Amino acid sequence: MAGKRVAVVGVGQTVHRTARKDVSMAGLVREAAQEALDDAGMAWSDIDAVVIGKAPDMFEGVAMPELYLADALGAVGKPMMRVHTAGSVGGSTSIVAAKLVAAGLHERVLTVAYEKQSESNATWGLSVPMPFAAPLVAGAGGYFAPLIRAYMYRSGAPRHIGHLVAVKDRRAALRNPKAHLHIPDIDLKMVEESFLLWDPLRYLDVCPSSDGAMAMVLGSEQVADASSGPVAWVHGMAMRSEPTMFARRDQVNPQAGKDCAKDVYAQAGITDPRRDFDCAEVYVPFSWYEPMWLENLGFCAEGDGWKLTESGATGPDGDIPWNMSGGVLSSNPIGASGMVRFGEAAQQVRGRSGDYQVELKTGRALGQAYGGGSQFFSMWVVGNQKPA
Amino acid sequence: MRDVAVVSFAYSNVARDASHNETEMIVPVLHEAVAQSGIAHDEIGFVCSGSLDYLQGGPFAFVAGLDAVGAWPPVRESHVEMDAAWALYEAWVAIQTGEVDSALVYGFGKSSPGDLHEIMALQLDPYYVLPQWPSMVDMAALQACAFLDADGATEKDLAEVAARSQRNAQENPNALRKGNVSADDVLKQPVTHHPLRDADIFPITDGSAAVVIAAGDLARKVSKRPAWIRGIEHRIEGHGLGVRDLTQSESTRAAGAAAGVANGKVDVAELHAQFSHEELILAEALGLDATKTSINPSGGPLAANAVMSAGLVRIGEVARRITNGAADRGVAHATSGPCLQHNLVCVLEGE
Repeated sequence: MAGKRVAVVGVGQTVHRTARKDVSMAGLVREAAQEALDDAGMAWSDIDAVVIGKAPDMFEGVAMPELYLADALGAVGKPMMRVHTAGSVGGSTSIVAAKLVAAGLHERVLTVAYEKQSESNATWGLSVPMPFAAPLVAGAGGYFAPLIRAYMYRSGAPRHIGHLVAVKDRRAALRNPKAHLHIPDIDLKMVEESFLLWDPLRYLDVCPSSDGAMAMVLGSEQVADASSGPVAWVHGMAMRSEPTMFARRDQVNPQAGKDCAKDVYAQAGITDPRRDFDCAEVYVPFSWYEPMWLENLGFCAEGDGWKLTESGATGPDGDIPWNMSGGVLSSNPIGASGMVRFGEAAQQVRGRSGDYQVELKTGRALGQAYGGGSQFFSMWVVGNQKPA
Repeated sequence: MRDVAVVSFAYSNVARDASHNETEMIVPVLHEAVAQSGIAHDEIGFVCSGSLDYLQGGPFAFVAGLDAVGAWPPVRESHVEMDAAWALYEAWVAIQTGEVDSALVYGFGKSSPGDLHEIMALQLDPYYVLPQWPSMVDMAALQACAFLDADGATEKDLAEVAARSQRNAQENPNALRKGNVSADDVLKQPVTHHPLRDADIFPITDGSAAVVIAAGDLARKVSKRPAWIRGIEHRIEGHGLGVRDLTQSESTRAAGAAAGVANGKVDVAELHAQFSHEELILAEALGLDATKTSINPSGGPLAANAVMSAGLVRIGEVARRITNGAADRGVAHATSGPCLQHNLVCVLEGE
């Protein structure tokens, strides 16, 4: 990884719910940030800079909300930035914040991502018709379902694969008190009997709409070495983007995702992701995206992702657990969801994941987020050992 | 720190571009900046942009930019929902890590399709302030009143700023409001938002801007006189208009001090003053002396102010004057938020 060493020294996360009516937007982000500061053993005055991220402003109706949130995030008198890279933004925001440390500019950076979806309606917010652009009138599900069908056609995956992921991630969420969805009796039958939204996606194959925030304190090597608790070292971080639509673009297995994974693996010395990682937190907002991203991220050969899912390898007791926290399928504050992936990966290598902690063998985990029309990717590799 | 310089700059402003979508509006500017840079498009290491969804009226304004970039094969890319001056900051940070040696930075936005003054009210505290829908001009006028009361400046002083802007803009093909006007001409205009007149308020502008920055030897190779970034810093203040002294810009002062504005002469300054009184506040915060520093020689934002690229334009305008030898050292400033809440200061210098 380019630049100086960076580590996650504190993580905070709100409880995710359909509507957090007990807090304002400022209260929501502050709740996560305060927990991250407490975890890092720091005060607001210790922070050098703040980087905030969220998905489109239309999800809440506040334009450039870093302005309104500067006070709540203790940023007054400090540098503050706002990142927006669609659904990948939580990951991108983490990376922009980490680069401030990697560049040697700051010692302690607070980064926060949030969405308070109850303020508006995300499907409406995504569906504003624009001149000269393909309309997204059915929201994200309507956009991604045809790509899932193309995946099924290519790979020959049977129809129940998505439902397996829907059950697995909801069962995982039962161990995570902060997850939005807790469905104790979830099973395959319940998913199969939930109503059809966008073929092949049934209601329970789809992420919820959540209010929530995630925060991390990123520190320099000096700060991390002085930390009393465990830290997660950043071993690699990368972003890639490609245009939404053009002839020959593979939207099912996008090149930008493959390039991003290749870059971040090279930085971290990952040669066989299934073996080299203890676990991964990956942006799976629709159940079928687990097998699709297994292939895109190189955890198996192209066409074999569904077989890996079907084998149980990605379950909590499998050899490569994915989304132990319950994932995006169990909590989806959109703009925060990417940072939740990055932060949950960090918590795993810190040994701080409570009832959903995986056994640490390699001590390394992957965080991944994607956005737009499967065109924006951000990834990082974190580990419990200082990078070479 | 790695030495990083601005090596090319292009921009375009019109009052109303109804015949192009955002992608079409950006393409010529991006292509010009890349061609000028002397760096092949596919060798530029990083891309970063600034735009605002609420200007386009849709949720992903920046995605249109990727089509203009021609992001294939996939590129290292990021976006800030801020003026593109902050996109340049992010790109500068990426170069500082050593990950890349060059970056393309751009910003764009059309202010003309909607009611910009009201749209910017969406930046305000959504629970307590937005419901009153104060427009950005209403708030600026409050600030101007407070400033005149505190400073002893008069409407004539504001008119001098506005008139000089229009005179300077006569040389600038990208300026919309220009002419050989005097302060007395400005004072003949009616006051629309006490104490401001039309000439004290930026004109609605559609436009885009692009800059290429490069590190060390690469910058020296492609540019005869790179405009080196000697310091780039930004600071935010409290949001509420009642929690800060509107007659001063403490965040500009702090950013300017950290960026090293006072460490040498300032031949030229481009200030993102969207209202004439803001230029006086900013010049004071940066310690600029108008008899020694040419302030807003392009005409500044009072001549053209394409929201989301106007801050980047300030950096480009200073860099251009350094590269062409008109100046040796200059200061560029960008702002964001109501009444100068968030400010970035960039010090540029030639060798």
